[in-house]
Amino acid sequence: MAAVRSMNTMYGVCFHAARQTTGLKASRLLQHIQQRAFRVAAVRRQHLDDSTLEKPQFPGASAEFVDELEFIQPNVISGIPVYRVMDRQGNIINPSQDPQLSKETVLNFYQKMTMLNTMDRILYESQRQGRISFYMTNYGEEGTHIGSAAALDPSDMVFGQYREAGVLMYRGFPLEMFMAQCYANADDLGKGRQMPVHYGSKDLNFVTISSPLATQIPQAAGAAYAIKRENMNRAVICYFGEGAASEGDAHAGFNFSATLECPLIFFCRNNGYAISTPTNEQYRGDGIAARGPGYGMLSIRVDGNDVFAVYNATKEARRRAVAENQPFLIEAMTYRIGHHSTSDDSSAYRSVDEVNYWDKQDHPISRLRHYMTTRSWWSEDDERSWRKESRKMVMEAFEGAERRLKPNPELMFTDVYQEMTPNLNKQKESMWRHLQQYKEHYPLDLYDK
Amino acid sequence: MAAAARFFVRGAQHSKLSLSGVGTGPGTHSSFAATVLKLSPSSNSRTKTQRRHAAHFAFQPDPEPTQYGPTQKMNLFQSVTSALDNTLANDPTAVIFGEDVAFGGVFRCTVGLRDKYGKDRVFNTPLCEQGIVGFGIGAAVAGATAIAEIQFADYIYPAFDQIVNEAAKYRYRSGNLFDCGNLTIRAPWGCVGHGSLYHSQSPEAFFAHCPGIKVVIPRSPVQAKGLLLACVADPNPCIFFEPKILYRAAVEQVPVEPYTIPLSQAEVLQEGSDVTLVAWGTQIHVMREVANMAQEKLGVSCELIDLQTILPWDEETVVKSVVKTGRLLISHEAPITGGFAAEISSTVQEQCFLNLEAPISRVCGYDTPFPHIFEPFYIPDKWKCFEAIKKMINY
Repeated sequence: MAAVRSMNTMYGVCFHAARQTTGLKASRLLQHIQQRAFRVAAVRRQHLDDSTLEKPQFPGASAEFVDELEFIQPNVISGIPVYRVMDRQGNIINPSQDPQLSKETVLNFYQKMTMLNTMDRILYESQRQGRISFYMTNYGEEGTHIGSAAALDPSDMVFGQYREAGVLMYRGFPLEMFMAQCYANADDLGKGRQMPVHYGSKDLNFVTISSPLATQIPQAAGAAYAIKRENMNRAVICYFGEGAASEGDAHAGFNFSATLECPLIFFCRNNGYAISTPTNEQYRGDGIAARGPGYGMLSIRVDGNDVFAVYNATKEARRRAVAENQPFLIEAMTYRIGHHSTSDDSSAYRSVDEVNYWDKQDHPISRLRHYMTTRSWWSEDDERSWRKESRKMVMEAFEGAERRLKPNPELMFTDVYQEMTPNLNKQKESMWRHLQQYKEHYPLDLYDK
Repeated sequence: MAAAARFFVRGAQHSKLSLSGVGTGPGTHSSFAATVLKLSPSSNSRTKTQRRHAAHFAFQPDPEPTQYGPTQKMNLFQSVTSALDNTLANDPTAVIFGEDVAFGGVFRCTVGLRDKYGKDRVFNTPLCEQGIVGFGIGAAVAGATAIAEIQFADYIYPAFDQIVNEAAKYRYRSGNLFDCGNLTIRAPWGCVGHGSLYHSQSPEAFFAHCPGIKVVIPRSPVQAKGLLLACVADPNPCIFFEPKILYRAAVEQVPVEPYTIPLSQAEVLQEGSDVTLVAWGTQIHVMREVANMAQEKLGVSCELIDLQTILPWDEETVVKSVVKTGRLLISHEAPITGGFAAEISSTVQEQCFLNLEAPISRVCGYDTPFPHIFEPFYIPDKWKCFEAIKKMINY
């Protein structure tokens, strides 16, 4: 009965609409009627089949009716399991999951992770001494960077947050360039305009970092869409922290990438803290991975301190994202061992014991070292000489960067627009006139002429 | 955010059909006007209380442009479609997206494009403005020409962060390694007779304070197509505001082939010697009438300038005119405090101090939200502008 009435209503609307459209251009009228006709036909089709009568017909979801009142419970006690390949002593747990990487590949992983660690220590110290203005370390998250970067194709586009320097390191970004950016000297590809650690490299397909959190997430979806249309077998990866996932832009990016079918890997670094805010003040669901299915997105949670687990998950997500044009979500569980940044003292909101556990008992670098030692791929001597060598390389780049002049002040005015506008040109000339008159009050000798 | 608007406009889809045969001439009700009438269940018996105030402007078509080949009669929404059509035809990377653009858009600006160019090039997005602009930036960074639509300029604020912190600063902050210059954001703009708080806004001044983007507003179908194509071709992210009251009301001969009108260049529409009038969008048509009134009633010769590009704006043309006339009236629909007239006014004062014979006058919206039933009293109509000229002349 209800069905018949709704059909009548549909016909009624159709008739009504047709009557109203007299005097319209024929083409639009036709289009209008076709749309209506289609909808009426759809209603009819639904009601011709008796077996579907008891099925919900709502366009918004595909589901059965239930006759008991029951709210869906979130499962936060026993959440999505954490995928791992090796244990804390570097032993492969399930041989079928062993990626069987060659010795050279694994050594490269290790050297990149430790090189990043060495660079972090030196730049962190240099900030403490006031030689650079700001820094953010990657302590404890080296495995997420290297493992995921290694699973990508070098042509895949990377959108990051700011704690993914290891991805650049893996792709071969020179130490000199890291330093040039932090020192904002004349070699900086970014022309000294952004705060330290806001790296970018066109050649390495690493999109320049910006401070506003999560803005890169919907951007990554747009880039993945454009790349899909190019049909060049490329993917996009987008990194963000669990705190950034609370931003509206994260919701936007997840939803857009699913509905628009983008070859994209969302990589969430869940390190337990957003500055001082612990995750229980960030969300009440089962972390970030549990949100993925809500967007219709394939999702997985991995041990972020296990470089092979990260590698495997990213490798498979990349393969399927490109083949199937759909987004994947990887939540890498880890721990932020260092302070949030050089402007933060994390002992104000968490215990030293907690930090020590992750630094000493469950660290991505030491775990990989165990793995290599077991295979006799790495010895104490290797470790000593590599430490010495990597430290020397970092120090050389560091000293070189420090000696270099800052960029010409004129570069303050370029690249606002592609072209120099008359207004900006006037302001530039006005600055130079001013500097000529008051040069002794400005640090001109530190800048390129 | 735009949910209320969608409800509003969804209604329009049905009512538009019943009224579209009526409202095409200049000054008649737009489809938007029809919506409100239709939504009132007993509108016929109460037409007196629902009757709209007469249109506050009279659209004057420009002379037919002959230099770009054959022309066709188009209203403003059709000239936008024509520009988008040219773009999709000539640039295989170009994509158009936003809320409800697939079936032709709530203002009909994208009608037929999906059928002609495919659903991967003209598609709906989820209802999320920050997502739309973020997505557009990303597509542009990856090398595609991205044309994003925000359904009403009133709903662009959720994307303010993506526009101001991201789009505008992409090239600068990366040292020109990356840019989103291929991004154009289109949005219906300005008052419409009864759009109230969230279907009437003119937010250009918010964006004028943001180095790195361009903000462009046309006054007619010919301008709309040429300026929109210039925005699409420009290597910088652009916001293109379309005066929605003109979508159907403004009709003129528009070239069918692509052509561009340069950005950051104001147009002197009428030469004069006593006072300079500066405006943009619909307000140009108000000012044109004001200029005629001033000539007829006061014997005052007005020079009328359409600014066209708000950022970066054409200082030179305006200053040159004021040096000649010695007086300046700026008018915009947006509220006066912090409106773009303030920027023009202080710049001209700085550049033309010795030429100014009267204080610069700003006739703008009041510093209130845009009201519903009080719209006729809110807008800076021709009488308010006329009075300002009178005062300026007698200063």
